[in-house]
Amino acid sequence: MSLAPTTSSSPKSGRPSSWRSGWRRLAADRLGFFGFVLVALFIVAAILAPWIAPYSPTQIMVGPRLAPPSWEHWLGTDQIGRDLLSRVLLGGRVALTVAFATIAAALTIGFALGLAAGFGPAWLDNILVLLFDAVRSFPTIVFGLAVVTLLGPGLSTVVLVVSVTSIPIYARIVRTQTQALRHADYVDAERAMGAGIFRILFVHILPNVVGPLVVLASMDVPLVIATEAGLSFLGLGVRPPMASWGTILNDGYTFIRNSPWPVIAGSIPIVLVTLGFTFFGEALRDIFDPRLRRDV
Amino acid sequence: MSPLLDVSNMRVRYRTAGRLASVVKRMDDPFIDAVCDVSFSLEAGQTLGLVGESGSGKSTIARALLGLKDIAEGSVRFDGRDLRSLDARSFNAVRRDMAMMWQDPVGSLSPRLTIKSLVTEPFRIHGREGRDLDEEAARLLTMVGLAPDFGARYPHQLSGGQARRVGVARALALDPKLVVADEPTAGLDVSVQAEVLNLLSDLQKRLGIAILVITHNLNVVRHITDRMAIMYLGRFVEQGPTQAIFDQPRHPYTEALLSANPEPDPDAAKARVELSGEVPSLRDRPRGCEFHTRCPHARDLCRTVAPTVTKDAAAHTFTCHFPLLPPQPSPR
Repeated sequence: MSLAPTTSSSPKSGRPSSWRSGWRRLAADRLGFFGFVLVALFIVAAILAPWIAPYSPTQIMVGPRLAPPSWEHWLGTDQIGRDLLSRVLLGGRVALTVAFATIAAALTIGFALGLAAGFGPAWLDNILVLLFDAVRSFPTIVFGLAVVTLLGPGLSTVVLVVSVTSIPIYARIVRTQTQALRHADYVDAERAMGAGIFRILFVHILPNVVGPLVVLASMDVPLVIATEAGLSFLGLGVRPPMASWGTILNDGYTFIRNSPWPVIAGSIPIVLVTLGFTFFGEALRDIFDPRLRRDV
Repeated sequence: MSPLLDVSNMRVRYRTAGRLASVVKRMDDPFIDAVCDVSFSLEAGQTLGLVGESGSGKSTIARALLGLKDIAEGSVRFDGRDLRSLDARSFNAVRRDMAMMWQDPVGSLSPRLTIKSLVTEPFRIHGREGRDLDEEAARLLTMVGLAPDFGARYPHQLSGGQARRVGVARALALDPKLVVADEPTAGLDVSVQAEVLNLLSDLQKRLGIAILVITHNLNVVRHITDRMAIMYLGRFVEQGPTQAIFDQPRHPYTEALLSANPEPDPDAAKARVELSGEVPSLRDRPRGCEFHTRCPHARDLCRTVAPTVTKDAAAHTFTCHFPLLPPQPSPR
């Protein structure tokens, strides 16, 4: 793995003893810290977008058409003279909303289904796994096309499509972990003491499943953002004139012979956010379980 | 007075093929009997040792007693109640009175909880009844010889012996009447083994608990048990007062088992009985006496007819057609 070595992870300690030691390890992991900074910048920029954007993202002819970057328009302008920096910032807001809404939904539902499949009776497990496989066998874009014809394009459609296709990913991880733990000695010990199923699930199994899940969620963010961009690029996502990185790319693509700047402006944030969340996710994984670092 | 724990003719089975597979493969019996026709009783304040090779069903008995595994046949009476007739709620109430010490001292402690939470877990499950959990944790840890500030640690920060003590503390939290100790000395070095055993017998003397010890360590059995039972293929082949069995085993398997135990005195004259062959599969039990495939004294009768249980004085029982002779008074 290409990460810089962390300093304070003894091979024996399986989990951070506190938030502080986790933070120290993140700070020592240069790539992870870089990822964290990118993620933080992205979130702050997305939240503050309406106030820090220099122009209105939908106002046309604030400058010349397809202008290259200049002091007035840092990322240039698009084919109808809208300021690209403002559109990228507001598009980040869309990306963040989709990412968080989707992952929150997929995480919650995936968690519940995964616990049920992993801890429940075998027939329930079989049914749920069949369901997960059925959903996963659909290409996201094809599934998206089908849903869009039913519900019409829009932000909520994107969230729905991406959450439904992400649920199995989370559910599978939770299921596998739960299955591995349901016959662990300490779970038997709890049962022998008379602990109820909810106590076992939430006090003794859940904390051991959360770590990998948080890591997965953070690595999943760029995937969701790319899917949103992809769906919007195909015209299935957010509707014009609303800005999204996908629509910026789509618009720019049409005029790529006239000017490369809209495409560049649309792709830079996707690349940066993807890198940021990936590095951050890998660092998180190492913090949650330093033993993993040698296996990768 | 009836004994605290009275088990008679207990049978515990494991399913070896799924419902569908057993139909498809036309298996008429998709079960194996991990524990078969086992009877014993245990008085308050007494210690019974279960001895046998790996896979002989020792731990399955423990799991069945604690309700982790269903009992297929037989009856189990504990503290005057028939455990098999209890519903889940009443069984949980019985669990206050029986506790388990697990074979893997660290693996049986929930890894993300502090030691303090772990030893007070029984109170959280069964109701704290106005107890102060900090005080209880300190009391329990002190009782097993650990400093109270161990409460802040996590299981992976403990040594095997310390984790074992935590296991003892947790088992004794609710003042149980019965403690089932599965390999209480596994993975400990000899000095720590002695400490844990002494701790157990001290606590037993003070608190009057009954202990069921599961082990393959004969020295443990000799030192802390009043009675012992020897298991082979899920059955008791011999059962009786520990001293009587060590003095003169009646079943050839017991004799072989005891003779495999190293003696501290190198000059002690001792005939070593070695068994040949492998332990038969539970799926394919031998006909007749189940030990005949490995028994040095097996005769024709053993291959066809299963022996019944014989009982001699002092409730010493054994299942053999041709038991080894009791010690003869020497002619001198």
